Amino acid sequence: MDRRTVLKGLAGAGTLAATGSLPMPALSQGAAARTLRLVPQADLANFDPVWTTQYVVRNAAVLVWETLYGFDEKLQPQRQMVESEENSSDGLTWTFRLRPGLKFHDGEPVRAKDVVASLTRWSNRDPMGLMLKAIQNELTAVDDRTFKWVLKRPYPKMLLALGKNSTPCAFIMPERIAQTDPFKQINEYVGSGPMKFVRSEWVPGAKSVFEKFADYVPRQEKNSWFAGGKQMLLDRIEWVVIPDPATASAALQSGEVDWWENPLPDLVPVLRKNRNINVDIADPLGNIGSFRMNHLHPPFNDVRARRAVLTAMNQEDYMRALVGDDTSLWKTLPGFFTPNTPLYTEEGGEILKMRNLDAAKKLLAESGYANQPVSCIVAQDQVITKAQGDVTADLLKRMGMNVDFVATDWGTVGTRRAQKAPHNQGGWEMFHTWHAGADCINPAVYIAIRASGDKAWYGWPDSPAVEKEVTAWFDARSLDEEKAAVRRLNKAALEDVVYAPTGFFLSYTAWRKNVSGIVKGPVPFFWGVSKTA
Amino acid sequence: MASYILRRVLVTLPVMAIVALFVFSLLYIAPGDPAAVIAGDQASPADVERIRQSLGLDQPFLVQFGGWCWRILHLDLGTSIFTNLPVTSMIAQRIEPTLSLMMLTLALTLVIAVPLGVIAAWKAGSWIDRSIMAFAVSAFSLPVFVVGYVLAYVFALELDWLPVQGYTPFSEGVWPWLQNLILPSVALGSVYIALIARITRASMLEVLQQDYVRTARAKGLGQRDVLFIHALKNAAVPIVTVIGIGVALLIGGAVVTESVFAIPGLGRLTVDAILRRDYPVIQGIVLMFSFLYTLVNLMVDVTYTLLDPRIRY
Repeated sequence: MDRRTVLKGLAGAGTLAATGSLPMPALSQGAAARTLRLVPQADLANFDPVWTTQYVVRNAAVLVWETLYGFDEKLQPQRQMVESEENSSDGLTWTFRLRPGLKFHDGEPVRAKDVVASLTRWSNRDPMGLMLKAIQNELTAVDDRTFKWVLKRPYPKMLLALGKNSTPCAFIMPERIAQTDPFKQINEYVGSGPMKFVRSEWVPGAKSVFEKFADYVPRQEKNSWFAGGKQMLLDRIEWVVIPDPATASAALQSGEVDWWENPLPDLVPVLRKNRNINVDIADPLGNIGSFRMNHLHPPFNDVRARRAVLTAMNQEDYMRALVGDDTSLWKTLPGFFTPNTPLYTEEGGEILKMRNLDAAKKLLAESGYANQPVSCIVAQDQVITKAQGDVTADLLKRMGMNVDFVATDWGTVGTRRAQKAPHNQGGWEMFHTWHAGADCINPAVYIAIRASGDKAWYGWPDSPAVEKEVTAWFDARSLDEEKAAVRRLNKAALEDVVYAPTGFFLSYTAWRKNVSGIVKGPVPFFWGVSKTA
Repeated sequence: MASYILRRVLVTLPVMAIVALFVFSLLYIAPGDPAAVIAGDQASPADVERIRQSLGLDQPFLVQFGGWCWRILHLDLGTSIFTNLPVTSMIAQRIEPTLSLMMLTLALTLVIAVPLGVIAAWKAGSWIDRSIMAFAVSAFSLPVFVVGYVLAYVFALELDWLPVQGYTPFSEGVWPWLQNLILPSVALGSVYIALIARITRASMLEVLQQDYVRTARAKGLGQRDVLFIHALKNAAVPIVTVIGIGVALLIGGAVVTESVFAIPGLGRLTVDAILRRDYPVIQGIVLMFSFLYTLVNLMVDVTYTLLDPRIRY
């Protein structure tokens, strides 16, 4: 008998004495083994995966809702809710048939009208959905299991659009929920995925609970990321929000939680020393660090000033500041696309290998830079942006720029970066962020690479050459055509400096050794995961 | 007394109104955009704008403030921008852990700090007094989060006596509830214990010099009766005052403690709401805390009359 057992015994007696009643029954060993506790990357503060594009919402949503197609680990869309599809010979009509036995958590069958309503809501928010909406003739339910999408012109990337895992994903909801205004939040969380969301136990900021959906019928194929048979070996999954990394580390070591999605690199050595804990790379697609310059106002409205920054920067400085000296965790990235993915290219990447301060100064002078202040907005509450911001501020100073370093928080960056006004009216010249590698695998999911001026992402780059190649990629009919388009796109984006990539980096995940079946991927996948007592 | 309490409660209303105006204005002019945080990094600027409109954040100050006041008058604190849940139910979800933490800390403080202060005053100048004051200075100097980390490391990780984090509701048993609160209460209470111990000592030293204490001793009363019945009662007014003021300290400390020990209380809710610019939640919590603080001060004032019969309202 150990000390804890004695304390527990005393506790039981104390409880009986104090409350006059029996304590709550503890989980049996079997039940405890079928409950997995995860510390997620962030809090699940809301749960509408179309209303918001936050990754944490998407990560939880893949448990509760399903998509028609799902990406496998080779980044290919595979049938998920769909049994079959047919594209007419002119490429204009897509007919999809749902697989039998699909059921929502409220017991209702998944019908084609639910799919139509869900796709209609999604296509008002998603960039690919908006493209489809723009060329749509009609989207209709033919019968309970069949629906048809008729377009004005062919759209070769249809399956990719329906299966992509970048946010917002095309999740299928019951019609009554999917009819919610896409800019307003849904109030019911009913899906047809392998787990049900337990709303009564949801404490935003603290805990989210998912329970196994008994009527879920997995596909027969082997699971692979978002595709295949989603066999749930767990009965219950609890997401426990622990805001402090040191506490999360201690909770994992003590066995109070089973899996920590993204431990800080600084704490990894401590976790590795614990014989009960596994540590590995979380997502092979990693992340791409970046900072964006404001293309609307001086000095960065002049491409020479933007090129000057790229000419001077050393990605290694950024990566060492951000990740540390473990070079297996990062690499320099002379391009914009995720390494080790089919479209990765270094075309035009020489500028990022120059690291030539003198050439940069010369370019900056040619751009007419007149020592005006350059506001460099840096969110201090995000490890990634803080580290990058410090390196950039130093870089700009060495280039001879007048840096106005704005140390702030991520919420304020969100407001400030939306300002199109010039510097003296609350505008900005530069801010830092990062992109999940999964969102940088092709132009369809890569909002940051777009250069459509006023409609582009913050910084509002305007490059017809870039947009031309994006269109070429969308129209490509083969992988070779896609690769050629992306090579040209990468080159054009570097020439016009759509944004500045600071490097490619990976992050860790850690779990207790009594948990098995964890795979590397862009989200924590729970199918196939089991736990022993 | 009843009319005094009624008057004080009525005075609370303008105080609350000023707090409401202050909080609303401060949040309105503060930088940050909840729509951008909601939309996420993948959203386009147009989407962010549409969300801003749907939340009514694009409306003029007076329209927003008027609507908020109208809802407050109907005892409706509004709906969280992020969770879409009523602010009152979010506060209700979180109030038990925070109140538990504060009450336990307060109890721990009174049980430890007051006797320590009395003993230090009684043994003024001795090694006991110096030791107690050395402890008080150390506890006062150490930030709550440092104490929290050390306690968690020693008692949770190394000794495996108590859990590292989390909260178990009282309804699930006293010991499970207590288990999760012992370390946070000690961490949060350390500063408070130090403060109250010092104040008690100072107050007691002053009282112990007075004639009636000498008279009590001359009458042959025991040391315990002199200290805890005669002297402490008269020294209690400043102690009670500091305890009341210290509630603000506890509220502030709860924010840090709840983060360190992952307790799902109002402190963490406040931090999360501020980082996300969830205005209705921030406003609701600040209003609630200001009301609570006003109430505590009222209780302190009423307590004076119990401790000192000369005080009448």
